[in-house]
Amino acid sequence: MSEATSNGPVLTQDGVPLKTSLAKALRREKLRAFLLIAPLLVFILITFVLPIGDMLWRSVENGIVRDTIPHTIESLADWDPASGETPGEATFAALHVDLLEATKEKTHTRLGSRLNYEISGASSMFRKTGRRVKKMKDENFKEQFIKVDKKWGDIEYWRTIKQFGPRYTGGYFLNALDAESTAGGVSFKPEDERIYLFLFQRTIFLSVSIMLSCLLLGYPIAFLLANLPVKTSNILMILVLLPFWTSLLVRTSAWKVLLQQQGVINDILVWVGLVNDAGRLVMINNQTGTIIAMTHILLPFMILPLFSVMKTISPTYVRAAKSMGANDWTAFWRVYFPQTIPGIGAGSILAFILSIGFYITPELVGGTSGIFISNRIAYHISSSLNWGLAAALGVMLLVMVIALFYVYDKIVGIDNVKLG
Amino acid sequence: MPATDDAFVRFSKVQKSYDGETLVVKDLNLDIAKGEFLTMLGPSGSGKTTCLMMLAGFEPATNGEIYLGDMSINNVPPHKRGIGMVFQNYALFPHMTVAENLAFPLQVRKVAKAEVETKVQRALDMVELGDFGSRRPAQLSGGQQQRVAVARALVFEPDLVLMDEPLGALDKQLREQMQYEIKHIHENLGVTIVYVTHDQTEALTMSDRVAVFNDGVIQQLSSPDHLYEDPQNSFVAQFIGENNKLNGEVIEISNDVCTVKITDGTILRADKMNVDAVGDGTTISLRPERVELDPAVEMDNMLEGKIEELIYLGDHIRVRMNVAGNSGFIAKVRNRGDRRIFAEGEVAKLGWSASDCKALDLVS
Ligand SMILES: Nc1ncnc2c1ncn2[C@@H]1O[C@H](COP(=O)(O)OP(=O)(O)OP(=O)(O)O)[C@@H](O)[C@H]1O
Ligand SMILES: [Mg+2]
Repeated sequence: MSEATSNGPVLTQDGVPLKTSLAKALRREKLRAFLLIAPLLVFILITFVLPIGDMLWRSVENGIVRDTIPHTIESLADWDPASGETPGEATFAALHVDLLEATKEKTHTRLGSRLNYEISGASSMFRKTGRRVKKMKDENFKEQFIKVDKKWGDIEYWRTIKQFGPRYTGGYFLNALDAESTAGGVSFKPEDERIYLFLFQRTIFLSVSIMLSCLLLGYPIAFLLANLPVKTSNILMILVLLPFWTSLLVRTSAWKVLLQQQGVINDILVWVGLVNDAGRLVMINNQTGTIIAMTHILLPFMILPLFSVMKTISPTYVRAAKSMGANDWTAFWRVYFPQTIPGIGAGSILAFILSIGFYITPELVGGTSGIFISNRIAYHISSSLNWGLAAALGVMLLVMVIALFYVYDKIVGIDNVKLG
Repeated sequence: MPATDDAFVRFSKVQKSYDGETLVVKDLNLDIAKGEFLTMLGPSGSGKTTCLMMLAGFEPATNGEIYLGDMSINNVPPHKRGIGMVFQNYALFPHMTVAENLAFPLQVRKVAKAEVETKVQRALDMVELGDFGSRRPAQLSGGQQQRVAVARALVFEPDLVLMDEPLGALDKQLREQMQYEIKHIHENLGVTIVYVTHDQTEALTMSDRVAVFNDGVIQQLSSPDHLYEDPQNSFVAQFIGENNKLNGEVIEISNDVCTVKITDGTILRADKMNVDAVGDGTTISLRPERVELDPAVEMDNMLEGKIEELIYLGDHIRVRMNVAGNSGFIAKVRNRGDRRIFAEGEVAKLGWSASDCKALDLVS
């Protein structure tokens, strides 16, 4: 019996401390709850956490140089590129040993393409050298190498090799930020070679435009949906959801048909006489095309959260406001609109995040001026096979979204988001 | 057509239909005097809210005119009518604090900032919520929200305030307290209040006059005591208070009293209220507390009945009897010390005076 007066721990009837007993009982419950969510946890781990982890790792991983030419890297350790001289004979000897090994395994070409991302010409240099390295004599390696390809005598190539010698590198990120590391330290690339920062900027700009046009078009529709009689609003709802039942590709292609210069809209405008035949509007393969098509695709994602929030706003609020002397606009702006902000927040975040990572539609209707950073990422993954750079760009996109989330949270408050 | 001097609000031949087929409000004529507390009472769906909405301007009248002061307001939009309103679910703006809610009607009227503050504080003090200005509505109890809603409807000093079942969501005790407070505010401020409820006790205790609605028609418009004492038809008699029904046929009419032969052949004398001619069917309405059990003196109507059930309620005893073939006949007996004790199954004498029972239109 635990007396109220005693100061010791409270005991159960069996003499076990109550706290222990409670913890045990809770542990069982927690274990059961955990087992219930375990399948989902595994699923998320495999399909979400691991890929993202892999991407983070790839964006800095750089084992290939060290693995392919280990001796060379080692002997480069005490070479200083600032000295202005190419490495000495010993390094070339090490390179010879490494390349002999590498050509056997045929890994030297992969190293060549990897270094080619950093400095052009590296790929051919390694391929060419790989073919000759077996026939080289056991002396004067430096001379022989330079004879095979005189780029071996260029200090820039050696700097690059040394720079990417370590197992981990920030080089991909430098690249993704349009920067490079030169003799004078880290600096931006020349103006005409910059591309990614500009693409990021454009991605954000276009995503914000798409989000805003979704909001502008979606708000009145959501309002109608929430306020019309059920019968009419059901039909409207079907119209809103209709795009979901059609393939994304089909819808995007339809926009091509509509928007191109010889397309339906231009034909009608010419026929009506609003524009003359020579002045047909360019509405596709540029930013306009991307904004139009993406707004169409993302509109439901704006409308649905708005609708579900508006549905919960009783019409008596507006009535109350009017009975107190507010005109239609004041009643809307001061009473109705503030209550829809959670819906606006949810819809905007949804539309923005979806559009920032969108890729098929910009690819098809964006031309060159309307493509997104994700198109570039896709290019590096499937065409140039520079996965490290693709990963670095992906990480930056992720960081950017998280940062925007943070800003949103500071300004609007994330708990102010409601999906229904 | 100017309204008469004492009519502040006037419904004149107002009709309302939502679908063009059925009339929800049928030929409503109603004058409400300045400073009056008028209650619309009636069962669900009888058109009370519709009348209120027409007055507030949220529903157009299909036909007829509504006057406020001596001006027809049919074409005046709601926000220009200057009518305060308390909604059933309070409709406090959830994104504003209590003080902001109260300031809203003043701000849209472009009242100066300092004045807004003093008026808001005064209104909050009036409903005894002086310290609650900075809270959100969601942080208030139901009764407190209700008071804020009342304060908000009054803060801009409208001459007319409409309340649509404002106490419907409160529990009984809080309701009674709020009834008292609203009544008190009405007396202090002298505003005209049109109040909707389907709780008859609420209607009887608060109002100057009660309009009993049924089926889109005002069945009776009179003061609470008249409503109870002199119901003008069977609907009102049954809707207000407890009531015994005895069906029969009028066999004689002399002045205000008529003689009725009820179904089992008993002859009764009753006040003539809503019967026209000899031979008409009629329902006699009689309040349970007017029935005298075992009367000491001879009364206008004397019968016998078998006691079927006794329910002890402290201050009175409910006696359910079988009288004239009607087994649901209720008599209320005051619990007096010298009363003789009745037993179930006993056959007792009972009686009541002719003026306590009303001959009304026949209901089955
Ligand atoms: N917007 C509307 N459209 C169509 N019919 C309506 C509408 N509002 C009310 N009605 C109908 O009008 C009739 C009267 O409704 P009203 O709301 O005035 O009743 P009430 O007396 O206020 O009832 P309650 O006590 O339940 O609130 C009902 O039959 C109702 O179905
Ligand atoms: Mg109602």
